[in-house]
Amino acid sequence: MPRKKRTTKSRSADAENARGARPFWSGTLTFGLVSVPVDLYPGQRTVRAPLRMLGPKGEPLARRYFSEKTGRDLEDDDMVRGYEVDKDKYVIVTDEELERLAPEQSRDIDLRRFVDLQSIPPLYFDRSYFLAPSDGSEKAYKLLAETMQKSDLAGIATFVMRGKEYLVAIFPENGILRAETMRFADEIRSPKEVGLPEKKKLPAATVKKFETLIKKNSDKHLSLKELKDEKTAALLKLVEKKRKQHKDIVEVEAPERDQGKVIDLMEVLKKSLAGKRKAA
Amino acid sequence: MAARAIWKGNIKINSTKVPVKLFSAVSDKTVRFHILDAKSKTRVKQHMIDPESEKEISSEEIQKGFEIEPGTFVILDKEELEALEPEASREIEIEQFVPPQEVAPEYYDRPYYLGPDGDTTAYFALAEALHKQEKEGIARWVMRKQPYVGALRAEDGHLVLVTLRNAEEVLSAKDLPKPAGRAPEKKELSMAKQLVELLKGEFDPKDFKNEYRERVMEFVEKKAKGHKPKLRLVKSKRKTASLDKVLSKSIEALKKKAA
Repeated sequence: MPRKKRTTKSRSADAENARGARPFWSGTLTFGLVSVPVDLYPGQRTVRAPLRMLGPKGEPLARRYFSEKTGRDLEDDDMVRGYEVDKDKYVIVTDEELERLAPEQSRDIDLRRFVDLQSIPPLYFDRSYFLAPSDGSEKAYKLLAETMQKSDLAGIATFVMRGKEYLVAIFPENGILRAETMRFADEIRSPKEVGLPEKKKLPAATVKKFETLIKKNSDKHLSLKELKDEKTAALLKLVEKKRKQHKDIVEVEAPERDQGKVIDLMEVLKKSLAGKRKAA
Repeated sequence: MAARAIWKGNIKINSTKVPVKLFSAVSDKTVRFHILDAKSKTRVKQHMIDPESEKEISSEEIQKGFEIEPGTFVILDKEELEALEPEASREIEIEQFVPPQEVAPEYYDRPYYLGPDGDTTAYFALAEALHKQEKEGIARWVMRKQPYVGALRAEDGHLVLVTLRNAEEVLSAKDLPKPAGRAPEKKELSMAKQLVELLKGEFDPKDFKNEYRERVMEFVEKKAKGHKPKLRLVKSKRKTASLDKVLSKSIEALKKKAA
């Protein structure tokens, strides 16, 4: 949905960066009757080395919506959101309607249950966010983080954010609360739905053989080098090589908005946690 | 209805192979909206334009470039990008087995079910062995020209492969400062602990329903029939009493509920 404001001239990576300076969502975390105002920030970056689409002369291009019927380019205000109820028949739903459809209590992250973090099957985890205290909530925030840290628990809640309901697990990491959005139970297929065969009787010797293989290849720790992004590393190496050779390099007039505007997500989070982010 | 396999390959541990088929474990239930031209209520499409001239640039004319400095791009052509693609392979190579808690939740990305492709004994034996040993296999494979790292796990007797994010994609809390503000007092901590204990339970995802999704669909259906359902205005609210008062009130309320 084109709900993020788009500048008329062009949209680019820096628009994404500028969005990062503000919390993705602001709201209240509650447990019992205690409420903790929080700001929510992304806990992950999307791509490390995005490639830009350029024109024949190397000019950066912009993505635009256009009407299939009239062929005309459309601005944000020229577009609406529609649900297809029949072929080519749509029900229009506005941002405001979506917002009003969320019941009052669904706008808070109400930690209704605390569970052992390790007991959540990983197939539920979706996206990661950080929560930072806001509006002077540091004390209650720290209290919750410390309490959960000591018991190795995660708080579970559902809440509505930007026109969508999320199931979320909140747990501390190094004194900071992480929010992991999760898939709902009906969004995970069962082995039966997928059509997997049912387990059959197994020869004990075959299981033993695999257990031996597992033991032989086991390590205490995950090696982080396993999680290195080798494809991006190879891409950056090629870029560096071509830069040194001055090969296929184009210079275009850098639009002013590009300058000094790149906002580091980590820096924003640091400021926010230090209580330096001004309340909007 | 049985799902269709999206890929086939072999799990490879040292020289032992287990043939498998890969299925998506996710069925996305998000209410799907289309973006429409407000005037004609018809679908929109996207294209690339040169923002200076407002002219459309066809896909054959588009080049890809990496921005090394604002306004300076290194162009990478199709052949160069293709050369960066990993070699195609049918092997899901297991690099190591680790305790599941070694993989932090933020690394897990998309889950897939693996099903046996022929040898069902090896398939179920591997699942059983993973379960008994309480281990996850760290796997590497290439699928549709993309390199993947994933965690191979046993879930209720079946094999599951969850793709993992790159270390560079995940922001670590270890690189962040602890939040400012004073440390909680002992009394507050013990009350908070009591409160959390009262709310402790098992993780059962079925206890949490996406009610909002149902509300949106109901609303859409009513509107489709020509009704105009009234919606309440959104109020903002807030502010509470001192922390320890609220804590003790919460504990009391929960104990009453349990009694």
